[in-house]
Amino acid sequence: MSALRPLPRWADIALLPLLNLALAFLVSGLVVLGIGHNPFMAIGAIITGAFGSGYNIGYTLYYATNFVFAGLAVAVAAHGGLFNIGGNGQAYVAGLGVIVVALALQDTHWLLVAPAAVLAAALFGGFWGFIPGWLQAKRGSHVVITTIMFNFIASALMIYMLNRVLKPAGVSGPESAMIAETGRMPKLGQFFAPFNYTPVNLTIILAILALVGVYVLVWHTRFGYALRVMGQNPTAARYAGISNSRMIMLAMTLSGALAGMVAVNEVLGVQNRLVLDFMGDVGFVGIAVALMGRNHPVGIAFAALLFGALYQGGNELQYVISGLDRTVVVIIQALVILFTGAMEGLFRPGLQRTLMLFSPEQKAEAVARATVGPEG
Amino acid sequence: MDFNTILSVLDATLRLSTPLLLACLAGLYSERSGVFDIGLEGKMLAAAFAAGVVAALTGSAWLGLLAALAVSVMTTMLQGAAAITLKGNQLIAGVAINMLAAGLTTFLGQQWFRQGGRTPQLSGDGRFGPIDLPFAQQLSGVPIIGPIYSELISGHYILVYIAFLAVPVTAYVLYRTRFGLRLRAVGENPKAVDTAGISVVKMRYQAIFITGLLCGLAGAYFSIAQGSGFGNNMTAGKGFIALAALIFAKWKPLPAMFTCLLFGFLDALQIRLQGARLFDVEIPVQAIQALPYVLTVVLLAGFIGKAVGPKAGGVPYTKER
Repeated sequence: MSALRPLPRWADIALLPLLNLALAFLVSGLVVLGIGHNPFMAIGAIITGAFGSGYNIGYTLYYATNFVFAGLAVAVAAHGGLFNIGGNGQAYVAGLGVIVVALALQDTHWLLVAPAAVLAAALFGGFWGFIPGWLQAKRGSHVVITTIMFNFIASALMIYMLNRVLKPAGVSGPESAMIAETGRMPKLGQFFAPFNYTPVNLTIILAILALVGVYVLVWHTRFGYALRVMGQNPTAARYAGISNSRMIMLAMTLSGALAGMVAVNEVLGVQNRLVLDFMGDVGFVGIAVALMGRNHPVGIAFAALLFGALYQGGNELQYVISGLDRTVVVIIQALVILFTGAMEGLFRPGLQRTLMLFSPEQKAEAVARATVGPEG
Repeated sequence: MDFNTILSVLDATLRLSTPLLLACLAGLYSERSGVFDIGLEGKMLAAAFAAGVVAALTGSAWLGLLAALAVSVMTTMLQGAAAITLKGNQLIAGVAINMLAAGLTTFLGQQWFRQGGRTPQLSGDGRFGPIDLPFAQQLSGVPIIGPIYSELISGHYILVYIAFLAVPVTAYVLYRTRFGLRLRAVGENPKAVDTAGISVVKMRYQAIFITGLLCGLAGAYFSIAQGSGFGNNMTAGKGFIALAALIFAKWKPLPAMFTCLLFGFLDALQIRLQGARLFDVEIPVQAIQALPYVLTVVLLAGFIGKAVGPKAGGVPYTKER
């Protein structure tokens, strides 16, 4: 048998992720079926819940905004060969930057607050990504373990800050004061009526800019080239005169800064105050999004939209089918990570073999076999 | 603090370090064989759920334990299939397992029992009861030694004794048996092991099988020993503390025990210190909660000694073609 050839590009970036996604849906469907519900009805409810009306689409876009940032954060690190699973902690700490700036400037104008908050979020989130990067670059500790630890440290830090520092007098729960109306990020519903009463806000523009920005940065700049070289082969990068330790620190800082943008969407755009665990499990969804989207901004945009739809549809699920709720989506998400990330090798050989059947070389070989006979 | 307070904190330390120790030893087998395991949390959670469900349905803690072991091993094998056979990214496999366990336990728990993801309260034989060691009653009157024996050492769940027994057993297996030698070798230099005619894949599966068993014990401890039933996400990050402890212990069994005791002590202290004051300054509980994580980061950075893991850890083994 001739050696398997690598997949053509279109199969690698589109067909394989779609197959893996289909498998994730299939297994989740079996779980739903096993529990005695109709999986097709569930899918239908999720799709209607995500896209059924302007209201639903508004929510889908709001979730997708978060997932674009989280996915880009994982992707930028991944291009440098780093696995950042600290997105949650970075987004959480970035919330601190957003709220401090927003509360200080809240009485001016949102046009002043927003850029300052973006900067603060990038600074705080970037810092929370920089330390693990620095520790890996200079002290040799593994960035995965450090970012896990930093997620927990961030959680402890933020509980303390919310309970002791940011909690205004007269409020019982661990949360900060509300940002004044003038300082909040405007909602898209103000400009576009179908989105009324939905949380989607101008941060989505920032998300689109981030997608374009990361594309340009990774594929069309010297930094991006160096990053990808390091990700492919750190030894080659060193011989090419690229400072790996500098690149690791830069990549992790950028990754953290991108994760930090989640806080802009949540704190300045939606919650208008800092609450416990406002970021949910966005860092982990980011892993699924980046894996699905093959670390490419276009892929990430689609994957983020898909997960946004799953999240919003999952929320609506409980109103349509009693007993089913959002946790179905967590299962789908986990299966996407499992099949697309860890079991990537599941379909690849089969797909390679299948596609080779259609390749010209294979045909020529088959013809040769047929003419020479089975023994030849 | 008086003698009785110290005793009760130490007693809590033992109880709180038990699941950490079991999970930490579980991780030790896996990582010594070259498979990084950040899925300890998920396996424990799945096992805790299985134990809670089966114990609630059958009323038997032992059947619950059996279910925990079975489910934990199954989860481990799924992770192994991804990380060993399919040569996938071990870290991503771990993340997926954690998430899958969190989602499935919540989903199935809610579906089956309709109590917000909780399993029904266990009582009687559905839970492991404390075990009184011999002469605990008679010795309790003796000053100092009596209370230490009857309060601190006696009266724990069977899983506590198993956990601490697993430490010398692990040390023996690791350093005194052929299996242990191969286990250590396969994590350091799988190629050499392969050249010697031993299957790297088989060795790693054997190692993670033990990991599955130990995670099963740890999970069962949460729901049918320490707790009386499964609660949503009840392992609450203990799998990651165990991971931190494993690194802190530099992948060695005896240091693993002391690290887990230390982290358990911090946990016990944190519970006791809620609202306590030291020199008129209130100690933030969060600072103590974060301490194991901070210590691990500092250790990994080489500021207090260097933690170097098994050399082949995290890399799937591919035979040369």
